[in-house]
Amino acid sequence: MLSIQNIHAAIEGKEILKGINLDIQPGEVHAIMGPNGSGKSTLASVLAGREEYEVTEGSIEFLGKNMLELSPEERAREGLFLAFQYPVEIPGVSTTNFIKSALNEKRKYHGLEPLDAVAFLKLMKEKMQLVEIDKALLTRSVNEGFSGGEKKKNEIFQMAMLEPKLTILDETDSGLDIDALRIVASGVNKLRSKDNAIIVITHYQRLLDYLQPDFVHVLYKGRIVKSGTKELALTLEDQGYDYIKEEFGATTI
Amino acid sequence: MAILQTAYIEEKFDTLQSSHPNVLLNEVRQKGFQTYQNVGIPSYKNEEWRYTPVSNLFKQSYSFSEKVSTINQASVDAFRLPDSATANELVFVNGLYNPLLSNIRSAANEMVIISMEEAANDIRFSDILKEHLGKSSLYLQDGIHALNTSFINGGVFVYVPKKVQVALPLYIYHIADTVQNPVLAQPRSLIYLAESAELKLVETYKTAGSSDSFTNEVMEVVVAGNAVFEYYKLQNDIAVANQVNTTHIRQIGKSYVHTVVVTLDGGMVRNNTNIIMETPGNEAHMYGLYLLKGNTHADNHTLVDNREPHCFSNELYKGVMDDATTGVFSGKIYVRPQAQKINAYQSNKNILLSEKASVNTKPQLEIFADDVKCSHGCTIGRLDEEALFYLRSRGIDAAQAKAMLLQAFANDVIEKIKIESLREHIETLIVNRLSVQIS
Ligand SMILES: Nc1ncnc2c1ncn2[C@@H]1O[C@H](COP(=O)(O)OP(=O)(O)OP(=O)(O)O)[C@@H](O)[C@H]1O
Ligand SMILES: [Mg+2]
Repeated sequence: MLSIQNIHAAIEGKEILKGINLDIQPGEVHAIMGPNGSGKSTLASVLAGREEYEVTEGSIEFLGKNMLELSPEERAREGLFLAFQYPVEIPGVSTTNFIKSALNEKRKYHGLEPLDAVAFLKLMKEKMQLVEIDKALLTRSVNEGFSGGEKKKNEIFQMAMLEPKLTILDETDSGLDIDALRIVASGVNKLRSKDNAIIVITHYQRLLDYLQPDFVHVLYKGRIVKSGTKELALTLEDQGYDYIKEEFGATTI
Repeated sequence: MAILQTAYIEEKFDTLQSSHPNVLLNEVRQKGFQTYQNVGIPSYKNEEWRYTPVSNLFKQSYSFSEKVSTINQASVDAFRLPDSATANELVFVNGLYNPLLSNIRSAANEMVIISMEEAANDIRFSDILKEHLGKSSLYLQDGIHALNTSFINGGVFVYVPKKVQVALPLYIYHIADTVQNPVLAQPRSLIYLAESAELKLVETYKTAGSSDSFTNEVMEVVVAGNAVFEYYKLQNDIAVANQVNTTHIRQIGKSYVHTVVVTLDGGMVRNNTNIIMETPGNEAHMYGLYLLKGNTHADNHTLVDNREPHCFSNELYKGVMDDATTGVFSGKIYVRPQAQKINAYQSNKNILLSEKASVNTKPQLEIFADDVKCSHGCTIGRLDEEALFYLRSRGIDAAQAKAMLLQAFANDVIEKIKIESLREHIETLIVNRLSVQIS
C-alpha cells in the first residue's frame, strides 16, 4: 500500500532524509526506531505532506497514487493518519466539531453522505469506549490544556474515528503512564485489520510488546541502516544504538 | 453640495445658529465651532490621528445633513437587525433623527426618546442637557469632534428613568442616503441612564446608494449609580462609507458598562470608545473585533480614565487584516493620582493574512497612582501554521481550516455579545465572510 523509494528531503536547505526506501503491505506493522534527531518525525512529516519539507529526490506511492502530488488533506482522505509526536493545541476550535468536519470531509471525498448528528454521536460513543477517553475532553477546544497523555489519547481517538488505512504513530507511547499505554495499545490493536497498516515510531520496547511489529527498522542520519524482525528491537533495547553508530556513523557525514 | 472648506462650514454654521434659537444648544454649538476654528481638521502630525488620514475625507464635496431623503420604511427594512419587531428602533437619515421611520415600542414610562431640540426646551430634561451635553469635548480636542458639536441639530435624547430595566434593546440605524450625492452625516445623541436603570443599545450603519458617505458621529452616554449599560456597534457598510464615531461613556455613579465594537466592512473607519470612571468602584468591559477585507481601514482608539479608586476595566480587541487593509489600535489607560486600587487590563491581538495588510498597535498606560494592577499586551502574527497543518492532516481542506481558526479567533470577542439574536447574526456574517474570502 505504501512504497517509498529513495526519498531525500530537506528543510531550510539542510538535507535530513538521505535516501529512504520502505515498502509496506496491508496488515503489516512496521516499527521505526533510531536515535534522537535521526529523521523519524521528518519522515512522518514528509508522508503527511508538510510543506516546509522539500522532497528533493525519490518517489512515494500510496494506494496506487503518487503521494507527492497530493495535498495533506487529500492524503488524509485517501486514508493516511499521522498521530503527532506533539499534538497541536487549537484554542477556540471544539474537538467534536473538528472531528465531525474531518470525518465528513473524508466521507464526501469517497462519495458518501455526511453523517447526521445522531449517527455521529453514536459513532463517537462507540470509539470513546474503545480508547477509554473521557467525554469531557471532547467538549473542550482541540488539545487545549490537555495533559501530555490526554493529547496522545485524543490522537488515537481521532484515528479510531477516521479509520485510516495507514497510520503513523509518532512516539505515541511517550508521556503515557503504564495504564494509559496499555489502553492506547489495546485500542490500536482493536483497530488493526488485514486491510490496514501501521508505522510505529518509538524509542521503547513496551509499546512494541503490545503491538508485535512484523518489521523493525533503524533510522540513522536520514537512512534506514538496519531492518529486521521484532527481535531487532530487543537487541536495541539491550545494547543501545552504539554499535549502529559505530558501524554507520563515519560513512554518512 | 460643496467641499468642506472653512468658508462653507462657517456659512452653514451661521445659518443653523440663526434658525434654531435655543440658547442652550446655541451655546454648545458655539463652543464647538470655536474649537473647530482653533484646532481645525487634524493632520497626520497629530499623534491621535497619525495612522488615519482623516483630512483626506475633507477633499471632496458632500451635501450637508439637511437634505431631504427618499428613505422610507421599505428601505429601512433592508437594514433591520434580527428580532427588530421586539426592539425599539431609532432611525437617523443623513445624521438626522427621523421619528416617522422610528419605532418606539417600550412604554413612555420605561424610556423617553425625543429630539435634542425638544429635550432642550423640556424642563424635565433641560438641566440634564445643560450638565452633560458636550462633556466629551474635554477629551476630544480635535476639529472632527468639534465639527459634530458645531452642528448639533436633529439629534436625539434618550432617557431611562430610575430602576427601569428596559426589556427591549434599542437599535439605532444610521442610514446615509447617497443615491444623489455624497453625504456628510453628523448624528448626535445623549443617552442618560438614571440610577439602577438598564439599557442595551445597538448601533449599525448603512449607506443606501453608491456614493461616498462620511458619518461623523458623537454619542454621549451618562450612566448613574447601579445602572447597567450594554453597548454594541456593528459596522458592515460599503467600501465608500467612511466614519468617525465617538462613543463617550461617563460613569457618574458606581455602575457597569459592557461594550462590543465589531467592524467587518467599510472605508475609513475610526472609533473612539471612551469610558470615564468618575466615581469609585466602576466596572467596564470593552471588546472589539475588526475583521477586514479589501481596502478597509479600521482604527479603534479606546480610553479608560480611572479618576477614582477601586475601578475595574478589562479590554480585549482582536483584529484580522486581509488584502490591503490596515488596522489601528490605540488603547489609553489613565490612572489618576487619587485612583488607588485600580485593576485595568488590556489586550490587543492581531493576525495579518496578506503581505499588503498592516496594523499599528499602541498601548498607552499613564499611571499616576502607586497601588494599582495594570497589564497590557499586544501581538501581531500570522495564522498558526502548526494548527493549520494539524487540521489539514485530518482531511479538512486548507480554506476550511483557515476559516475554522479565524472563527475561533473572532469568537473570543463575538461571544461577549449578550443579545443572542445579534450574536448569531454577526456569527453568520463572519462565517459567510470567511467562506467567501477563501474560495
Ligand atoms: N524546521 C526545522 N529546521 C531545521 N532543522 C530541523 C527542522 N525540523 C527538523 N530539523 C532537524 O532535522 C533532524 C531530524 O529531526 P526529527 O524531528 O525528524 O528527528 P527524530 O528522529 O524524530 O528525533 P526524536 O527521536 O528526538 O523525535 C534534527 O536534526 C532536527 O534538528
Ligand atoms: Mg521525532
